Amino acid sequence: MHAPDGFLNAATAVTTGAISAGTISAALRQARTSLQDKQVPLAGLAAAFIFAAQMFNFPVAAGTTGHLLGGALAAILLGPSVGAIVVTIVVIVQAIAFADGGLTALGYNIFNMAIVTAFGGWAAYRILRRVLPNSAAGVVAASGLAAGTSVILSSMAFSVEWLFGATAPVPFDTVFGAMVGVHLLIGVGEGVITGMAVGAVLASRPDLVYGAQDLSKDQLANRKPISTRTFLIGGIGVALLFAVVISQFAGTSPDGLERVAEDTGFAASAQGSAVADTLFSGYATEGIGNETISLAVAGASGAIITALVGYGLISAVRLRRPKVPA
Amino acid sequence: MTAALSVSQLSFSYPDGHAALSDVNITIETGQRVAVLGPNGAGKTTLALHLNGVKTADTGTICVGDTTLSDGTVGEIRRRVGLVFQDSNDQLFMPTVGEDVAFGPANLGLKGSDLDGRVAEALHAVGATDLEDRAPHHLSGGERRRAAIAGVLAMRPDILVLDEPTSGLDPAGRRELISLLQELPITQIVITHDLPMALELCDRAIIMDAGEVVADGATSKILQNSELLSQHRLELPFGFDPATLRT
Amino acid sequence: MGAGHAHALFVHEHSKIHHLAPEAKLAAGFVFVVAVAITPREAIWAFVIYWATLLAVIRIAKLRFGFVAARLSVIVPFVLFAVFLPFIASGEKVEVVGIPMSPDGLWAAWNVLAKASIGASVSIILAATTELPDIIRGMERLKVPAVMTSIASFMIRYLELIAGELGRMRVAMTSRGYDPRWLWQAKPIAASAGAMFVRSYERGERVYDAMLSRGYTGAMPDLGHRRAGRKDWLTVVAMPAVGITVALTAIGFT
Repeated sequence: MHAPDGFLNAATAVTTGAISAGTISAALRQARTSLQDKQVPLAGLAAAFIFAAQMFNFPVAAGTTGHLLGGALAAILLGPSVGAIVVTIVVIVQAIAFADGGLTALGYNIFNMAIVTAFGGWAAYRILRRVLPNSAAGVVAASGLAAGTSVILSSMAFSVEWLFGATAPVPFDTVFGAMVGVHLLIGVGEGVITGMAVGAVLASRPDLVYGAQDLSKDQLANRKPISTRTFLIGGIGVALLFAVVISQFAGTSPDGLERVAEDTGFAASAQGSAVADTLFSGYATEGIGNETISLAVAGASGAIITALVGYGLISAVRLRRPKVPA
Repeated sequence: MTAALSVSQLSFSYPDGHAALSDVNITIETGQRVAVLGPNGAGKTTLALHLNGVKTADTGTICVGDTTLSDGTVGEIRRRVGLVFQDSNDQLFMPTVGEDVAFGPANLGLKGSDLDGRVAEALHAVGATDLEDRAPHHLSGGERRRAAIAGVLAMRPDILVLDEPTSGLDPAGRRELISLLQELPITQIVITHDLPMALELCDRAIIMDAGEVVADGATSKILQNSELLSQHRLELPFGFDPATLRT
Repeated sequence: MGAGHAHALFVHEHSKIHHLAPEAKLAAGFVFVVAVAITPREAIWAFVIYWATLLAVIRIAKLRFGFVAARLSVIVPFVLFAVFLPFIASGEKVEVVGIPMSPDGLWAAWNVLAKASIGASVSIILAATTELPDIIRGMERLKVPAVMTSIASFMIRYLELIAGELGRMRVAMTSRGYDPRWLWQAKPIAASAGAMFVRSYERGERVYDAMLSRGYTGAMPDLGHRRAGRKDWLTVVAMPAVGITVALTAIGFT
């Protein structure tokens, strides 16, 4: 979502701004190595493609339509660094030239819509590729599941930002539930469209799919499709993974959990931990059902996002090409 | 006298092994206008991209005037050989026509009033002075074509290579373009499917097919050889008889 | 989310604002929005001044108020969110015309509405008075990395072309009776998106060849556009000055 000005507080805007700026700087350096002199025209055309693709709608159900975000698609086709840069530029131009998204909200809008989706989506893609078969169908399935995951990650990121910088008295768990819930559905649409689009590119120009560069010609030619059952199992698996990881934190032993939360400064309890007071928006913590569970969920979300985006950043430089037969 | 362009034993294959150019030999004198004909996929565009060093050949040499194409001379060659692309949208990549025409000379080091003067000169040569501040995606096909030619002329090339310059133009636009090319006192290589234009504009024609030069001679002679034409998927327009026109 | 961006907001007029150098407008607008964003919401007087400033700028720019208001539809989803805030917000409630509402929620709603509308208005005014390529140039002068602004320029140049091609593909599909209503029927749409990506990429390669052909060696040349001079900066300084003064005063009082 393109949040407007003042939606999150100044500290959050500045922090996410710094994180986004730093990440994009690193991405620019990485992109230069992979694209070299061609970086400007190729990324420019790709950005135009992503911008145009976001404008077109696809059917969801009974005539209602949805729109593509495209971060994961950009990462899988162009590589995560170029993908993140491309979507960042789209978001910036949308804010400045089309008033979609506030100028002071660029920090978190870029983070949520470009960085988390591209790098997080790429990380999910790499992980999924390890467990799915090394074939065209495997790439398509991994792309679809990764794209769906990227959308959920994006909504989780927004919710965590809300915890720190909310300007309205809506508790974290409400926001988390609503955002992630809605984006689960959006994620399905994004995932299906992304998977099929990657499949289409793979069929005509497999060399243009960055994420499939490790496949040999034979592996690409393997037209054996992944059964719907396998695909569904994969999708449910991803959802379960999220649930399991998060619930590990929000476990059944509140005492042990409380101690962990206190140790890490998360508990904004009646004792008023100094760290929590300065870090969290009083709004988002006020009225939370079970504070420790909610904050633990936030912690888990933050951890997942950080881990995946970090992994995405690191693996951006390490995709290996297949050995060319002599 | 050194030839304007000399291509000898040029060969090039794509990474997948498909041979795009096989032992191409062409010599063109200064001031000549040569048509390059042939079916789709013959290698005409590929040849054009070799002439200014955008693509590098596997074997063979290319000489422009007295300069042989190499890593060290590629910059100079690119100034001397001006390439007008098939799709004008591909080479009008700046926000306005004026900026696009300025792109080439600016890369050559021109600045300030020198740059402005060069842009004005090029736009005037193609009759597009009024297009300077227009955005390329708001232009008609013919206007885009002229703007693209201006962008190339701004580098003051010795040779102009045009890839299908009349494709997509309406008859009036086509007439304007042919008149423009006739007035430009510059060596020209015109890749085209437009056989009447080839006859009108170029004394000499080359036929390429499957990466090889299969014919090279006077345009009217080649166009009157109907067997040769049909062998290479070429055909004269209905009612067009080169024999009855001026040779 | 990303829908309906095809229509750039530029309005062709000749006003003082239109003729200003883009980096001056961008910098002034940005500082103003920052000031608005940090203003405490309780200082209603501050926001009145901000709106008055905006109205003055709109007037000087010879734009119609209706035009700006219509474009503000961009923030409608957040308006809805704001409207619901007093009802869904936590905290004690008070009765307003018989309906329980949270005062905190009311303040939060006001905060969202005020800041979102002002921020969006600044962007709209900026876009209406500055052509898109100039906006990009302004960004570059304000030290946004040249690589990114170059990519943005190319994106803007080819956006209409690509959107047009995508549109024509859709027309071709509809002409053959394609009328999808459910997600699993979307394969042709996704396939056309994939085909569009390949064509865009291949065009990108041809553009690169065209750039090489005219002497490109890795850096875009400087084409000598007019840079902002003292006159530009002196003209724009009023708006951010108002913003900063009001914001600091409001913070000081709270």
